[in-house]
Parts: sequence; C-alpha cells; structure tokens
Amino acid sequence: MGELRLMKGNEALAEAAVRAGSDGYFGYPITPQSEVIEYLMAEKPFERTGMVVLQAESEVAAINMLYGGGGTGKKVMTSSSSPGISLMQEGLSYMAGAEIPCIVANIVRGGPGLGDIQPAQSDYFQSVKGGGHGDYRLPVLAPASVQEMSDFVPISYDLAFKYRTPVLIVSDGLIGQMMEKVELFDQMPRITDKEINEKYPWATNGKPKGKERRILTSLDLDPHKLEKHNFHLQDKYKQIEANEVRYELIDCDDAEYIIVAYGSSSRISQKAIQLARAEGIKVGILRLITLWPFPKKPIDELVIKGIKGFLAVEMSAGQMVEDVKLTVRERTKVEHFGRYGGVIHSPEEVLEALKTKIIGG
Amino acid sequence: MSEIAIQDIIKPENLVYEKTKLMTDKTLSYCPGCGHGTTHRLIMEVIEELGQENETIGVAPVGCSVLAYEFMNVDMQEAAHGRAPAVATAIKRLWPKKVVFTYQGDGDLAAIGTAETIHACNRGEQIVIVFINNGIYGMTGGQMAPTTLPGMKTATSPYGRDIATMGNPLKITELVAQLPGTYYVTRHSVHTAAAARKAKRAIKKAFQNQLDGKPGLSFVEVVSNCNSGWKMEPVQSNIWMEENMFPYYELGDIKVDGKLLSK
Ligand SMILES: Cc1ncc(C[n+]2csc(CCOP(=O)(O)OP(=O)(O)O)c2C)c(N)n1
Ligand code: SF4
Ligand SMILES: [Mg+2]
Repeated sequence: MGELRLMKGNEALAEAAVRAGSDGYFGYPITPQSEVIEYLMAEKPFERTGMVVLQAESEVAAINMLYGGGGTGKKVMTSSSSPGISLMQEGLSYMAGAEIPCIVANIVRGGPGLGDIQPAQSDYFQSVKGGGHGDYRLPVLAPASVQEMSDFVPISYDLAFKYRTPVLIVSDGLIGQMMEKVELFDQMPRITDKEINEKYPWATNGKPKGKERRILTSLDLDPHKLEKHNFHLQDKYKQIEANEVRYELIDCDDAEYIIVAYGSSSRISQKAIQLARAEGIKVGILRLITLWPFPKKPIDELVIKGIKGFLAVEMSAGQMVEDVKLTVRERTKVEHFGRYGGVIHSPEEVLEALKTKIIGG
Repeated sequence: MSEIAIQDIIKPENLVYEKTKLMTDKTLSYCPGCGHGTTHRLIMEVIEELGQENETIGVAPVGCSVLAYEFMNVDMQEAAHGRAPAVATAIKRLWPKKVVFTYQGDGDLAAIGTAETIHACNRGEQIVIVFINNGIYGMTGGQMAPTTLPGMKTATSPYGRDIATMGNPLKITELVAQLPGTYYVTRHSVHTAAAARKAKRAIKKAFQNQLDGKPGLSFVEVVSNCNSGWKMEPVQSNIWMEENMFPYYELGDIKVDGKLLSK
C-alpha cells in the first residue's frame, strides 16, 4: 500500500511528477492549475530528486523548453489551463513533427477566449483533433479523480517515450481543485545519462564519440520526404489506436441506455445513473479514459448489443458527441447534453436529459 | 621558372588551412557572399578547438539558417521561430555540463522571439547566443526586420523604413547588455579576414565563459550582409554594410566579464 494523502488534484499531479522521476517541469501560472507549480516550488524536488523546476516567461516559452528538454531524452512536463494550452499549440505541432516526448496537462476552464476560471470540457476538439497545424494526433488521457491525476503521470510518460510523442492529460478545474484521498505510488528513480544513451539513440545530448550527430527537426523541404515522414507518423498513430485505447464500463451489463462521458462529467453521471436506476431505468456509463485514441470498439459492441440510445454528457456545447456519432453511424440514437461556459450540470439535469432526449425523445 | 603541376602542390605537408571536420561536406544553402556560412564555420572551429565536439548541443532558428543543422556537425535541435533561447534554456538546465548555443537571425531573436531572448538573458542562462543581424528577413524574401535601418527599402517597407510609423531599428544587443544576467555582450562582423578573426576570438571567449561556468549568458552579435535581400552584389553589400550598418550598430565589446564598458 502506497502512502495515503488528502490532496487537491493539482497537487497530486505535481507530486506524481516528482515521483514518476521527472527531470524537469517548466510552467507558467494560470488558474485553475497554479497549484501545480506552487506545490513544486515549495516541495523543492531539486533537493529530493534533482528535478529542475522553472517558471517560464510564458506558455510559449514553457512548451519550447519541453521541446529542448524532451529532445535530450529527459522526462519533462508542463501544465496549464485552456488559454495557455492554446499558446502551446505551435510547440506541440513541432514536437509531434520532431517526435519529442513530453507530458502536457490541461486543467480545462470555460471559454472561448479568457472565458472564466470554472471547470469545463470545451477543449475536447483541440485535444483530440491535433490542436496545432498539420496532420498529427496526441494521446489524451482524461483523469476522473484525484487518484488518476497521480496515476496517469507515469502512464503518460510510458506512452510518450514508447511512441516518441507529447501526451496530454486533459482534466478540468473541478478535478484540479477538489480534494480526495489519494494513494501515492513510490518514488521512481530518474533516468541516468547512461540509460538515456542506451535507450534513446535519437536524443540530442552531445554527439557520441565515433558516431553520427543527431538532429531533431520537424522540417523537410522536400515534399516527397515530408510525405514519407507523415506516412511514418500515421503508422504510429494507427499503432496507438490499435494498442492504447482505455475506457471503463460502469453498470453496462443490463443497460438499455448508455451515457458516454469522461472526467468530471463521468463522476456526475455516476450519481445520475443511481437516480435513474432507482426509477427502474437501466442505464450504464461508458467512461472514456483515453479521449484519443477514441474507444470505438466498446461503442460498436454496445450498438450491436442493441443499446437504445447514447447520451453524450460533457461540459461543452457538444464536442465529444461528434465522435460518438461517427462511431454509432446512425444505427441508434445519439444526443448531447451538457452545461458549459464553466457551469457544471447536476445529476438531476443529466437524468432529465436522458429522459427527454433519449428515452422519451 | 619551370611549371609546377597542381598535383605537386596538393600534398599533406603543404596544407596550411583546412575545413574543420565539424562542418559537414554538404554544400551551403546560403547565397554566395552571405555571412551566415562564415559564421557557421567560425563557431564550429571554436567548438573543435575547445574539444567540445561530443559535448555540444546547438539550436537552429527559423530563418535562412534554419538548416544550420545540415552544416554543423554536432547534435542539433531545430527550434520554432524565435524560441531557441527557451529550447536552449531547458537543455542547459537539464545537462549543466554540456555546451549549449543558439544561432539566430534578427527576425527570430529580436521580433518574434524578443520575450524568450530577454528572459533567457535575464535569467542568466549559461548558454551562448550567436545573433546574425542582417537588418532584414532574408529567408522569407527580404521583408523589414526589427533591425532594418531608417529609410531602408525592403519588401514590406518599399518606400523605406518610416520611423514614424514603423519604429526605430531595435538595438537589442545594447538592451540585453543592460541586464545583470548577461556576462559577455559583443558585436562583430565577418566580412573581411581580419573581422572574421576578431569575431572568432569573441565566439571563443563566449564558449570559454560557458565552459568556465561564468555566471550569465554570452551574447555575440554578428552584423552581416544579406546581399540577396538588400538586392546588391556581395562586394557592394559589404561596402554598404560598412557605410550604413556599422555607424548604427557599432562594432566592439559592450559588456565584458559582467561589466558594461563605458563608451
Ligand atoms: C511562427 C512563424 N511566423 C513566421 C514565419 C515565417 N518566417 C520564416 S523565417 C522569417 C524571418 C527570418 O528572418 P531572420 O530571423 O532575420 O533570419 P534571416 O533569414 O534574415 O537570416 C519568417 C518571418 C515562420 N516560419 N513561423
Ligand atoms: S537571403 Fe540573405 S541571409 Fe539568406 S542566404 Fe541569401 S544573403 Fe544570406
Ligand atoms: Mg535577418
């Protein structure tokens, strides 16, 4: 049993960053996630593990610090909230192109624009459809508890290095700010320079004696070569789609209806299905853990099983619902429900939407 | 005088100068006469002379020198436009014993990347920045740069830079020299053999500072020509540079060993 603590989601993320053996955290304050860098600065991981923590001059600088640091084979991470994540999109596109691993956590707030500082899930499109320019995808993990804010950090590093890609942890202000019990995993060692040289021949940390230099770039002026590089990236994305889908089925065995949700919305929906079942409505939840790769197969299986309707519940005007529709392909009913702009829907509202939009609709 | 055959001259014992092995054999993509190539070579000679071939990580910019990694035979990263100082910051923080440098044009360093430049300097990152100031955006076809001289014609200042509406040329080098985080700030050119020798000494000092762990950033500006962007013959561009750029961008040390030199 690991160490038990009562922590905010943001603090759990920060503590997990240290314990996962991060070499560097580079970030810029923004509500509702400033606790991450505040925690790290107070915790002095440079004394605990040698981890570097640096407050960057902007999110633009922070993401490019990740480019530099990740490009040397070190484990690097940043966190921000929606407006800051928008600023990082150029950098993320470069890292996708140059195949540089890192973790970027987005503690989503209401938008568009400066929006507000309340929880939202309206950055779904930006997270799963690429976000920056060019043909690329990033693995996206969506924690639904403080526990998962911690657990998903080492999982994300594994994905980032396995596939040489940035990985997004997309959470929201609710999970970032709320306190829950968390069982922390034990401190993992930081990677040694020797291990980097053995495991990551692409890492630019000084040309090895007698060997070719390494170059990290996203540029190739020859369109045919760049197309080939794109083929390689697409192959990688196919592998990720085949191997890295994660989801959870809650009370789906006897379900006639399914709520599809992730993060905070899945927590709220859990209460909603209790209320529904008390009224005799058989409804389950498909909780997305990876937003990309999108869990197509379980949805497909539920359709085949004869589910009468899917309600996509998300704190947005309807983003994830598009992927549910693309998967269901009009074989059964798909509707969206969600409050947004920083407003959190209640379980009662979810139940009401289920009744009016799916069961009665 | 008897005739000497060329084969008799090309012999190892007659070799007086050779290309550093830290420049690749790839043909430079720069316009003939451009200062970028010379500056690349000087940096690579310095790294070789300091024995840092296996310890160096360079960061290339976006600009004509975006392909610097094709020519510089050390580990290299190609950064987004303007962000090289942030990229280099993390590399150096995570690998404090390695030698880290950026190579950046004026658009890259003094326009889009101003924030990253100022803050890397202000934090006193122990890196070297080599800054190629050619007063223009060479790569994108000769548009106005932050360093374009008053009245100078470019693709986006076709009637000459009007300082009332386009601002004055930015002396970012003098600006960063004011910051306590810079340790060595100097300005050179590479358009003559004598100038290149001086510039090389400055570049060497900059890298030596980093090797010696001197507190702060070493910043070497090279005032350079862009014969293509300026629409001149190479020789003419060098004369124009001496007559117009040097009076505005005065050559010489600005800050040495952390101390501003009084003019
Ligand atoms: C974000 C972004 N904006 C604009 C560009 C287009 N661009 C490429 S190079 C460049 C200017 C380069 O000028 P400078 O830094 O002075 O380098 P030079 O070519 O003169 O050596 C611009 C505007 C880009 N690549 N990325
Ligand atoms: S365009 Fe200007 S800066 Fe670029 S290579 Fe040609 S001369 Fe040099
Ligand atoms: Mg320029």
